[in-house]
Amino acid sequence: MNADVPEAPIGGGTESTPGTAALLQVRDLEVTFTTDAGPTVAVSGVSFDIHRGQTVAVVGESGSGKSTIAAAVLGLLPGNGRVTAGTVTLREQRLDTMSARRLQPLRGTVLGLVPQDPMTNLNPTATIGRQLIETLEDTGTASGAQAREAATELLTEAGIGQAQERLRAYPHQFSGGMRQRTLIAIGLSASPELLVADEPTSALDVTVQKVVLDRMEALTAARGTAVMLITHDLGLAAERASHVLVMYRGRLVESGPALELLTHPRHEYTKRLLAAAPSLASRRIQIAKQAGAEGAVEGADLLSATDGRDQHVTDAGAAPLIRVQNLRKVFPGAQRGLFGREPDVVAVDDVSFDMHRGSTVAIVGESGSGKSTVARMLLQLLEPTSGQVLLEGEPVQARSQREEIAFRRRVQPVFQDPYSSLDPLFTVFRTIEEPLRAHPFGSPKERAARVYELLDQVALPQSMARRYPAELSGGQRQRVAIARALALQPEIVVCDEAVSALDVIVQSQILHLLADLQERLGLTYLFISHDLAVVRQIADHTCVMEQGRIVEQGPTDVVFDSPAEAYTQRLLAAIPGRDLELAVPGS
Amino acid sequence: MLRLIARRLALLIPTLFGLSILLFLWVRALPGGPARALLGERATDAAIAEINELYGFNRPLHEQYARYLGQLLQGNFGTSLTTRRPVLEEFSNRFPATLELTIWAILIAIVLGIGLGYLAARKHGSVLDSLAVVVSLLGVTVPVFFLAFILKYVFAVRLGWFASTGRQSSDIDATHYTNLYVLDGVLTGELDAAWDAILHLALPAIALASIPLAIIARMTRASVIEVQTSDYVRTAIAKGLRPTRVRNRVLLRNALLPVSTTIGLQVGLLLSGAVLTETVFSFPGIGGFLASAIYSADYPVLQGFIIIIAVVYALVNLAVDISYGLIDPRLRTR
Repeated sequence: MNADVPEAPIGGGTESTPGTAALLQVRDLEVTFTTDAGPTVAVSGVSFDIHRGQTVAVVGESGSGKSTIAAAVLGLLPGNGRVTAGTVTLREQRLDTMSARRLQPLRGTVLGLVPQDPMTNLNPTATIGRQLIETLEDTGTASGAQAREAATELLTEAGIGQAQERLRAYPHQFSGGMRQRTLIAIGLSASPELLVADEPTSALDVTVQKVVLDRMEALTAARGTAVMLITHDLGLAAERASHVLVMYRGRLVESGPALELLTHPRHEYTKRLLAAAPSLASRRIQIAKQAGAEGAVEGADLLSATDGRDQHVTDAGAAPLIRVQNLRKVFPGAQRGLFGREPDVVAVDDVSFDMHRGSTVAIVGESGSGKSTVARMLLQLLEPTSGQVLLEGEPVQARSQREEIAFRRRVQPVFQDPYSSLDPLFTVFRTIEEPLRAHPFGSPKERAARVYELLDQVALPQSMARRYPAELSGGQRQRVAIARALALQPEIVVCDEAVSALDVIVQSQILHLLADLQERLGLTYLFISHDLAVVRQIADHTCVMEQGRIVEQGPTDVVFDSPAEAYTQRLLAAIPGRDLELAVPGS
Repeated sequence: MLRLIARRLALLIPTLFGLSILLFLWVRALPGGPARALLGERATDAAIAEINELYGFNRPLHEQYARYLGQLLQGNFGTSLTTRRPVLEEFSNRFPATLELTIWAILIAIVLGIGLGYLAARKHGSVLDSLAVVVSLLGVTVPVFFLAFILKYVFAVRLGWFASTGRQSSDIDATHYTNLYVLDGVLTGELDAAWDAILHLALPAIALASIPLAIIARMTRASVIEVQTSDYVRTAIAKGLRPTRVRNRVLLRNALLPVSTTIGLQVGLLLSGAVLTETVFSFPGIGGFLASAIYSADYPVLQGFIIIIAVVYALVNLAVDISYGLIDPRLRTR
C-alpha cells in the first residue's frame, strides 16, 4: 500500500545517498512529557534522515532521549508524551499528525519494531506460533496454512531450530536469546521498510548478542530494510551502522559516518563517551598514591594507559589472603511428578583460585556460567557441596553466629542493581549507618562521624546524607552501596556485577573510585562481571568461567592478549566494536 | 492435571476428618452439654437424663465419636431436632435455591464487575473512571443487609417491579427437574415460570453480588491499567495487529488472570454470604434455615451443614485451581 508515492529529494541529516529522498525524515523534533511537576521536554531540535537499506544508530546513555525518538517515530509515545514541535515524515507521509487508525495499517508492513526487553515483550499467554501467525494475518501477509508455513520459515531464518515444534511453545519455555530471535522474526514478518530496533540485544550475553545481531543484519540486508538501531553501546553502533547519531540530554549533539565519528569526535560529550567506553585496548586503572576522592570522580584524566604488565600485582609469592579450593555446588533437580526428578544441576564444578591482599581477582562468564554462585559461596550466603574457602589459611565455614559475624566484618558485598539493593525507606545516612549499628560501633556521634567520613571516601557531598534512594541517580546509589560495604572496614569486597547497570561514563567513574579505594585502603576485590572490557580495567588476575568450570585463568593481560582457550577467544571476538577500536588512534 | 486433581481430592480426606473431630467436640463442649442446649435452660434433670440416654450422650467420648463418624461415612448426618427430618434431606431441599442464587450473583458480579473495571481503566482518569471507583467503594462499604433492605423497599414494595419474598409466586404451578427454577422453566418451556423465578431472584442476587462486584471491578481496573501499559501490548500494537485483536487476545486475556483468582475466592465467600440476603428476602435456601438452626441450637443441622459446605467449598476451589491452569500456560506442568 502507498508504495508509489512520488519521491522528492530532500537533503540534510545523514546525507548518505544524495539525490534520493530519505525514507524517514525527522525535522526539529520536540517531544514533551506531561508530569506532575509540569511539562518536561525530553527531546528537542532533533533532525536526521534514514535512507532505504541504510542502518543508522542512535547512541546515548539512559535518559538521553534515544528511546523517546524511537517511540515518536513509531507513534507509540506513552499517554503523557506528545510531539510538540517538528515533523516525522515516512515516505512523504506525516507520521506525527497521523491518527492511530490510519497508522495501524502501516504497522508491521512499513514500520517494524524489534523491542528492547525479550522477557517482557512477548504475550505470556499465547504460543510463539500464534504470535507470529496473528501478525502475518493482520498485516495481510499470509493466512491459514500459508501463515503457519511462513511462521516456521521466519523462526528458522531467525536461527531457531526445530521451528515446527517450537511454534507450539510458550514464551516462558524460551531462553532470552530465543525470545529475542522470535521478536526479530515478528518484527520482520511483514517485511517493513523501516525497522526500529530499540536496544535489541542489551539483555543478552555477548556471544548470543553477536549471533542475534549477525542474523538481524543478514535478514535486513536481504530485504533491503532500513534500520534505526537504538543502543547505549558505542562500539556496537560503530560496528553495525553506517551512520551514528549521538544523543545527550534530549539533544542530538553529533552525527556522522560511524568510523569518522569514532576517529574524529568533535563534540565534548562524544569524546567523553569514547574515553569512558571500556574496551579491550584499555589497561588496568592505575591510581597515583596521593590521588584524592575528588580526583576519582573526574574519570578520564586518571585513565592512563601503561604498557607494563601487572605492575599492580603485589607480592604474588606471599600466602594468599583467600584461597578457594575445589569449590563445587550441586543444586538438586526440581521435583517432577510424584517420584521423578529432573537431573541435578552442577552450578559450580572444581573451582580454585587465590586472592592476594590488595589485588583484584575477576571472574568473567556469561549468564548461567556459575560466577555469581561462586561469589555467594565466598560470601557464605550459600553452602558449597564440597570444597572450601580459606581465609588466611583458616576454613571460613562458620560454626557459630559469633564466627559468622566476625567473618562478615571482613568480607562485604556490593551487588548489581543499585535500584533494589538499597532500602527505599532508609535515608542515605541510615543506609550507611545500618552495618555500624548491627555490629555495635561507637556512640551515635562516632557513628555519624564515620558515616560522613565514608561519604567523603566515595566522593558524595555530606548533604546527600538526608536523601532517600529515590532521589539519587544510579551512580550515586552505587556509591552509597560501596560506602555501606566499607562501613565496617572490611578487607575483602565482593562486587557482583557492581557496575553492569550503569551508563558508561558513570561506570568509568565507579571503576576509578574502586581502584582509588583499593589503593588507599588496601582492599582486596573479587570482581564478578560479564563484561570483559570492564574486567580488563579493574582486574589483576582473571578467571574465565564456562558452565560451572574455570576454563582459563591467569594475569589479566595474558588472558586478554594471548587467550589459550577457544571459549575465551570466542568471548573476546564477540565484543562489539573490537575491530574498529584497533583503527582508532590513541585508544 | 489428573494427578493434581487426585492429590487435591486426597488432601480433602484429612481436612474433613479434622473438621469432624472439631464439630463433634464443639457440640459436646456446649454449656450444660448437648441435652441442655436442646431442652433449654429450665429443663428438669430427669428430662436431661432421658435425652442423654436416648442419644447416647452419657457414653464415653471416643465411643460417641466412633458412632458419629460411622454414621457420617454412611451418609447419615443425623436428624434435625426441630423439623424431625434427616439433615441430608433438609439440605438437598434447600441447597438448589442457594446454588441458584449464588450462580446468578456471581454472574452479575463477573459481567458487571469486569465490564465496569475495563471501561474505567480504558477511560483512566475520566469521570467514568471516578464513578467506577466510587461505586466499587460503595459496594464494599455498604453492608449487604442494608443494601438488601433498600432494594426490597424501593424496587419491590414501592415500585412493585420485583417480588419481595420467596422463590416463586404461589399461583405458578411449575415442573421441577433440577430445582434451579430459572433453568427448569427454560427446560420445560414454561417461560412464565422462568420469568417469575427471575423476578424473585433479581433483588437478592444483586444484593449478594454487590461486594464481589465491587472487588472484581477494582481488580479488573487495576489489572487492565497495568497490562495496557505493558511492553507486550505495545509490541502487539507495533507489529500491526488489529485493535480488536489487541484488546481481546492480548489485553483482556492477560488482564483477567489476576481477576480469575479473585473470582475464585469470591465464589467461596458467596456461599456463606448468602445467609443474610436469604433472611432479608425470606428466600428458602440453606441460609435462612441455617440461621434458624443457630437460634434453636439445632446442632445436627449445624454439624451436617458445616461439613457439606466444607466439601462444596473445597470442590469449588479445586475447580478454580484447575481453571487457572487452563487460562495461564505458565501454571501448567510442563
